[in-house]
Amino acid sequence: MTAPGGAHPPLVALDGVTRVYGAGHVAMWALHGIDLTIGRGEFIAVMGPSGSGKSTCMNILGCLDTPTGGTYRFGGADVGALSRDQRARLRRHYLGFVFQGFNLLSRTTALENVELPLIYRGMSANRRHARARRALEAVGLEGWAHHTPAELSGGQQQRVAIARAIVTEPALLLADEPTGNLDSARGHEIMELLTGFNREQGLTIVMVTHESDIAAYAGRVIHFRDGRVTDDAPAHGGA
Amino acid sequence: MFRNALLLALREIRRNVLRSALTTLGIVIGVAAVITMVTIGNGATAQVTADIASLGTNLLQVRPGQGFPGHGGSRSSAPPFEVKDADAIADLSGVAAAAPTASQSVQAIYGNLNRTTTVTGSSNAFLVTRNWRLEAGRSFGEGEVRAGKSVCIVGATVRKELFGGQNPLGENIRLGKLACEVIGILSPKGQSGFGTDQDDFVLVPLRAFQRRIAGNTAVRLIFVSAGDGVATEKVKADIERLMRERRRIAGNLEDDFNVRDMQEIVGALTGTTRVLTALLGAVAAVSLLVGGIGIMNIMLVSVTERTREIGIRLAIGALEREVLMQFLVEASVLSSFGGLAGIALGLGAAAGGARLLEVPFLPDPGIVVLAFGFSTAVGLVFGFFPARRAARLDPIEALRHE
Repeated sequence: MTAPGGAHPPLVALDGVTRVYGAGHVAMWALHGIDLTIGRGEFIAVMGPSGSGKSTCMNILGCLDTPTGGTYRFGGADVGALSRDQRARLRRHYLGFVFQGFNLLSRTTALENVELPLIYRGMSANRRHARARRALEAVGLEGWAHHTPAELSGGQQQRVAIARAIVTEPALLLADEPTGNLDSARGHEIMELLTGFNREQGLTIVMVTHESDIAAYAGRVIHFRDGRVTDDAPAHGGA
Repeated sequence: MFRNALLLALREIRRNVLRSALTTLGIVIGVAAVITMVTIGNGATAQVTADIASLGTNLLQVRPGQGFPGHGGSRSSAPPFEVKDADAIADLSGVAAAAPTASQSVQAIYGNLNRTTTVTGSSNAFLVTRNWRLEAGRSFGEGEVRAGKSVCIVGATVRKELFGGQNPLGENIRLGKLACEVIGILSPKGQSGFGTDQDDFVLVPLRAFQRRIAGNTAVRLIFVSAGDGVATEKVKADIERLMRERRRIAGNLEDDFNVRDMQEIVGALTGTTRVLTALLGAVAAVSLLVGGIGIMNIMLVSVTERTREIGIRLAIGALEREVLMQFLVEASVLSSFGGLAGIALGLGAAAGGARLLEVPFLPDPGIVVLAFGFSTAVGLVFGFFPARRAARLDPIEALRHE
């Protein structure tokens, strides 16, 4: 597998990707041939109504699912040809996830939540703590390391989730409606944070959202409808 | 990888202290039950063996009839022995002493105190064969035995009940129709392996017993002690041959008496307590198994409960086998911790129980190791299926799970 740090291939290249659930008469086409190229450092917003295929596309981008047809190359490597374990390793080393519902481990401190991906990387305790603390600082939660999710507000929980996603310094951050469960003030704070990571560290971000003012933070907006990309253009008020 | 799994498993256990404690409870009880039962059982076996050894290992018992000796003499219609039979046995080479014996339950009265006790008619040979020591006074004189004089030697219980702190030597007690003078006091022996008080009896000369208490000359039991260094098997065979001759039993007929050495009685009794110990241990092992199934159930439930958590782990890059390992380690840490707690609880309960039942406390390292190993194995085996189920979850489905 070519490292995503290599120069030539784009970070993400979808070529005629389809995803079909079931078979024969009951076959349900979630994706009808998606062609998409994402370069390093891009900040992309994905919009579209429910059932438009954007979540399926995110699952494929996140290597949680594999295409039925077409090819998905991540940093030049054909993800469709990888085993379950190889895809897990790819997620571990190159991908970060932020979910709408935060998905933190309950009754587990912010620090331990952020450490989790580093444990799976087999990092020593000292380095792990140091990096997790730095990630918490980067999201503005340095004083909250030993609080559990129940003791944190929604906005703070999402910051912990972002710290967990960036602590591994991923090549690609996938955010599925990261502001969907937050009020608009908290939502904009989260977007400022993500935009900052994108601009200052060149973090590549693909984010699903329903709200156009949130999408406006991105540099490029892709619209999905009925399993196809209907519009792919630079954001109006964006970067 | 194992260190990571251990770290993750320990965090998980700490995160859910109550659930972990409940999961462990079954194993704790199972292990504690096995250890308590087996330890107390071992103590009881040792107690029985020690008690019987105190009777003397070179002791043989000769009774009329067949079957295992019970209390209160022969239950068969075989004719009893006579004193001459015992004399003949005593004349055999390799026999140190033979005591013809007959016993009956009688009310003993001294002053205004009375106690129902066993009166045994025999000779000084009884003291020799049964390993009795005199605490005070003297044994029977030659003439007293031959004439059946009204003298008696009392056991420690009778002495305590009838005389309290008073010196009984020289006092007269009534045993039914027999009034006799106390000439000796026996050292106490305590409870027997049968659970009866060995010190609760009065010894009188056999002839006095026959005349004044039994009203017949029947000898129901002869105690024989083999000489030092003589094999009890040989003495037993000699007695059998002699008695067949004396009782005129034709060559093709069965003995109408039986000779048992203590080895057999020890074997029978310790065999019984061992069987009981094994039985109790088996019952306890079943509870250990049930404890294991409890672990499996709770682990299975927690897989369902923790589906989202597993989804998160898989999404951020945990491998299938890492999730499997984490769950397996969780199950085995819980069950081995439960095993340790069970050992502590079991040994504590066994020590208390042993004190209560007045048997020695004899912890067996083998059973402790076995119970601990079994509990850990139970955790691994019953933890495996839930763990595999957790590891094979589809991360997308798992994340969507509420």
